[in-house]
Amino acid sequence: MAAVETTGSGARTIDWSSDEFKKRRSRRYAADRRLQYYGIAAIATALGLLAILITSLVMTGYTAFTQTMVSVQITLDDERIDRNDVFGANWRNIVRDAFKAATPGLETADERAYFAMFTNNAPFLVRDRVVADPRLVGTTVTFTIPMADPVDQLAKGQIDRSTPESQRRVSDQQIAWFDGLAQQGMISRPFNTGLFFNADSRFPELAGLAGAISGSFWALMVCFFISFPCGIAAAIYLEEFAPKNKLTDLIEVNINNLAAVPSVVFGLLALAVFIGWFNMPRSIPLVGGLALALMTLPTIIIVTRASLKSVPSSIREAALGIGASKHEVIMHHILPLAMPTILTGTIIGLAQALGETAPLLLIGMNAFITSPPAGILEPATALPTQIFIWADSPERGFVSRTSAAILVLLGFLITMNAIAIFLRQRFERRW
Amino acid sequence: MNMLTEASIEQKLSPMKNEPRIKMRGDKVTVHYGEKQALFGVDLQIPEHQVTALIGPSGCGKSTFLRCLNRMNDTIDGCRVGGKVTLDQEDVYDPKIDVVELRARVGMVFQKPNPFPKSIYENIAYGPRIHGLTKSKAEMDEVVEKSLRKAAIWDEVKDRLSESGTGLSGGQQQRLCIARAIAVSPEVILMDEPCSALDPIATAKVEELIDELRQNYTIVIVTHSMQQAARVSQRTAMFHIGYLVEEGPTDKMFTNPDDKRTQDYITGRFG
Ligand SMILES: Nc1ncnc2c1ncn2[C@@H]1O[C@H](COP(=O)(O)OP(=O)(O)O)[C@@H](O)[C@H]1O
Ligand SMILES: [Mg+2]
Repeated sequence: MAAVETTGSGARTIDWSSDEFKKRRSRRYAADRRLQYYGIAAIATALGLLAILITSLVMTGYTAFTQTMVSVQITLDDERIDRNDVFGANWRNIVRDAFKAATPGLETADERAYFAMFTNNAPFLVRDRVVADPRLVGTTVTFTIPMADPVDQLAKGQIDRSTPESQRRVSDQQIAWFDGLAQQGMISRPFNTGLFFNADSRFPELAGLAGAISGSFWALMVCFFISFPCGIAAAIYLEEFAPKNKLTDLIEVNINNLAAVPSVVFGLLALAVFIGWFNMPRSIPLVGGLALALMTLPTIIIVTRASLKSVPSSIREAALGIGASKHEVIMHHILPLAMPTILTGTIIGLAQALGETAPLLLIGMNAFITSPPAGILEPATALPTQIFIWADSPERGFVSRTSAAILVLLGFLITMNAIAIFLRQRFERRW
Repeated sequence: MNMLTEASIEQKLSPMKNEPRIKMRGDKVTVHYGEKQALFGVDLQIPEHQVTALIGPSGCGKSTFLRCLNRMNDTIDGCRVGGKVTLDQEDVYDPKIDVVELRARVGMVFQKPNPFPKSIYENIAYGPRIHGLTKSKAEMDEVVEKSLRKAAIWDEVKDRLSESGTGLSGGQQQRLCIARAIAVSPEVILMDEPCSALDPIATAKVEELIDELRQNYTIVIVTHSMQQAARVSQRTAMFHIGYLVEEGPTDKMFTNPDDKRTQDYITGRFG
């Protein structure tokens, strides 16, 4: 019997349970399921790739979160240190003598190899602490000093003791000294606070992200304080005041295109305009922030316009209906209601800016700078450019630090996105 | 001064002694939305302290005409208004007129209740505050209470003035919106299908309220409910595809309309 029959009077009877209809329906259900499987497969692929990324970063990077240290007692003899000129004392010898005392029977010929086990900057670390607290002179103090990178890797098991001596960067002799120090309980591996509180250094054991973090912070500040007000003002004008004509259409198209311009172009623009014409110094967060602001501005304008548009017109009419002026409608009603969305978009825009490397490379924020910037006018690096610098450094110790720096950057990005999501959840749709 | 005398001349000239004063007047009002014409020369007088109902099938231009009265059409891109609309003999579309003042004098209540997503108190206080109608917090409190009382919602909200206006029921929200309009002491209140989103009980309350408000305000109400027009209005104007078909006292319109279309519409033959 046919599934659809037309009776004499023209009315149709439909046999929904006929095989033809059943088959047809099951084909439609199958299509539903296929679509679902494609989606699941796509998400699984994305999650898998993300897992591989994070795992490989953690695997290489986690060791950089600890640092092998040696604790030595150093006698700050007042005969060798003039209290009135603490800075000028022969710190190199004072520290070296302390190191020597830890390993009795050291041959003079071996001293060079022995001292190479400790960070090159040990004398300065000790000096700076005593300069900061001159009362230490005349006492004996235990200093905890980072071990040099090869020894750090030996301690972390990244250098295999069983490889032939000629193929590893620590000699058998150094291993023996290290084991001797370890037996005396002088070796420890605490959390590597230096990773966050030190600035960059040529020596991996001393290199940290403080400079990069504060550089990124200042650059983002500049970026925020320029792109946020400008973006909102531009969006309000375009959305609420601008007449709809060819010119504003052109502006709108251009803003949308601007959001898609590769960031390296904004870097070149910043280089030409801010450094070339305005003669601002290179490498400073001010210029970096301006370049990032150029990039973030279109994003903020687009987000703001969209969120202004999404405020229901009934609110606008309500305010206009009791005689609110345009300014009052916008400032008292539309903008506050749009603000959570604007903030969310802004945070995501800033997170993008935080990870942006190309423009900062072009304006020289990849310089080797050993002290964190105190403001927007001092040379600095930023997190992504610091990663770039470290990835480019030959020392083995920078491999794990590069991964660690990427993890730190990801940590900041995740935090910013979490704040954005929180804001969205918390304040969305109050009408 | 000039205005006043004109008004009084008009009073003297009016044929019947107790004919009410004309508060607003549309004179050959035309409206275009872009290329499309929505109103074709509408002449309508809105008498003071009466409820004028605008009826007609949907899309016939009732809301469009209503929005001409307080220039809410200004906010629509491509909307052009022709002809003349006056409030107390003053041309509402005169470039010299202050729209903010006009909208304070001619308040509006919308189809969908649209309280601000702020506290109930703030909803009412907002208008008086931006217009600077009160000098002190105490005075503001008084205005808020009076407005809410006039809108017959005071007893329901007096204990939760700081709660959000959007948390009220639909009918309460609409009365809140009416209170908000009242708070700036308008002379005319325009209502665009104020009950279409409300249940019958809430509708009854709002209708009762409209009848009371007539004492102090001039009201123009758009409605698609014939019964509502019959219940609350003194005058009715019937629109059809952009034309004013007929207008007159409500009882006459409903018992003995001149126009066939009005007759058909009222008896439910089209609409
Ligand atoms: N904002 C607008 N833009 C374009 N056309 C509109 C707009 N508002 C109303 N119209 C048109 O104007 C005519 C009258 O609409 P309206 O006044 O809303 O009718 P009513 O309120 O009587 O249902 C309709 O044909 C409608 O399509
Ligand atoms: Mg309407």
